[in-house]
Amino acid sequence: MVSLFRRELTPVQIVKRAREDRFMAREIISGVFTDFFELHGDRYAGDDKSVIGGLANLNGEPVTVIVIDKGSDINDKLAKRNGSPEPYGYRKAIRLMKQAAKFGRPIITFINTPGAFPGKTAEDQGQGEAIAQSILESLKLPVPMIAIVYGEGGSGGALALATADQVWMFQNSTYSVLSPEGFASILWKDAKRHDEAAAVMGLTPNDLLDNHVIEYIIPESRSHSRVFSLIRAKLTEEIQTLANMPTDKLIAQRRARFRKF
Amino acid sequence: MDLFNKPNAKLPKIKKDAHVDAQIPDGLFLACPYCGAQLYSKQLGEHRVCPTCGYGFRLQAYERVHLMTTAFEEWDADLTLETTDFPGYAEKLSRAKSQTKLKESVLTGQAVIENETVALGIMDSYFMMGSLGTVTGEKITRLFEKATTQQLPVILFTASGGARMQEGINSLMQMAKVSAAVAAHQEAGLPYFVVLTDPTTGGVTASFAMQGDVTLAEPHALVGFAGKRVIEQTIHEKVPKDFQRAETVLENGFIDAVVQRKELPKVLAQLVKFHQPQGGR
Ligand SMILES: [Zn+2]
Repeated sequence: MVSLFRRELTPVQIVKRAREDRFMAREIISGVFTDFFELHGDRYAGDDKSVIGGLANLNGEPVTVIVIDKGSDINDKLAKRNGSPEPYGYRKAIRLMKQAAKFGRPIITFINTPGAFPGKTAEDQGQGEAIAQSILESLKLPVPMIAIVYGEGGSGGALALATADQVWMFQNSTYSVLSPEGFASILWKDAKRHDEAAAVMGLTPNDLLDNHVIEYIIPESRSHSRVFSLIRAKLTEEIQTLANMPTDKLIAQRRARFRKF
Repeated sequence: MDLFNKPNAKLPKIKKDAHVDAQIPDGLFLACPYCGAQLYSKQLGEHRVCPTCGYGFRLQAYERVHLMTTAFEEWDADLTLETTDFPGYAEKLSRAKSQTKLKESVLTGQAVIENETVALGIMDSYFMMGSLGTVTGEKITRLFEKATTQQLPVILFTASGGARMQEGINSLMQMAKVSAAVAAHQEAGLPYFVVLTDPTTGGVTASFAMQGDVTLAEPHALVGFAGKRVIEQTIHEKVPKDFQRAETVLENGFIDAVVQRKELPKVLAQLVKFHQPQGGR
């Protein structure tokens, strides 16, 4: 990987970059796929704007796309709680996963979230249950699922959409049990020691590749279209391989992927 | 073959272990963490329940075994796995081990509850706040795997402060690992009963604690995903007194029943009977 990067960034620098909104959800969707048709709502409580989902074509093949979005301008960010889904956001994702399963469509998720929203309403509506069911449903899907972290992959709120056959990360993204601030505050009772936390948490793509938490690091480039072309090609190839597996093997392999931890 | 009525005699009978006794001396004066009633510890009785409000004081895993089962055979008692060398972690673990007489934050095994044989898991909040470490996740995963092989129902008493920070991403991965074992147990048509005890929070709530077929809770147990302080800082308001308490979570539709501690063995045995396969399989 090293040759692809001009220089190795420190974990603290990667944490900062991961939060810079360098890639936006809509841009990724239109850059990687064609004919995106957005689907709304969980059918029970509402439509979580922080979870964008729908149908699209990947090199001419229909797929289901689910993206956690932090929002662009300030109003959009407020509406999306900076990419922190409510329970009905996860239930919307579950609905789209089940729909994909019914029609044999592969699922691709893109994740950029500091974590599930910590709100009173979120708790009252079962935030834990929503994540728990999203994880469980993902582990039963008879279709290929690939998850891509493109910014922050924060905690259970990220895992809810990353219990997949493969997990990839953008070069400047993070995936961790908690934010460095939360980690420092729980472990050392001092959120200000977040840089120290970032350094020891093993949250960079290279660390996670070494630990087999992820399969692939997507090299970034100033040319976003180059990044998207690469993702399109890699997705097409990997999904082809996964789709050729017998369903029971596919599911068994996905579960085995997590059994090793 | 009637898989649910295995002979019970094979399992060792429960005897009171020395270390189970008297975690709290009888003469100690204490306050109920829920209602604030001032009590002598002996007023809590054997079940350690507040006589004023019914709150069940936090139990150690072996105390729970003693109260809930008539026979228990531990599984994976000495399981160890390579974990992170995070600074200070080894010391914390060995302190927790000597304080609790447990080797990890969960105790698993085969148990008899009112004549019903089950696979039983009991998390212990006294062991590093019941946090979800790799060995914790591995023992619960094996509990489900063994239960699937032996066609046993699973009963899991949850208690957890959430992720084991010192283990980083591996702690997060336990949520998926256990869930995969729950999925296989479900697919075998076997029942999984959860008893949420005080406190059940974080990654445990966001995975196997909320994947049961029937979900029970002890009175006033704290059950939630995010911590109260984080929520209040985020929404800039105070949450009500009964926020994330079992009765509220029941009202919100995520718990089937709140059950008094001394009633639990009877209720659990009844649930197991309800789920026995009819006419053989
Ligand atoms: Zn009380």
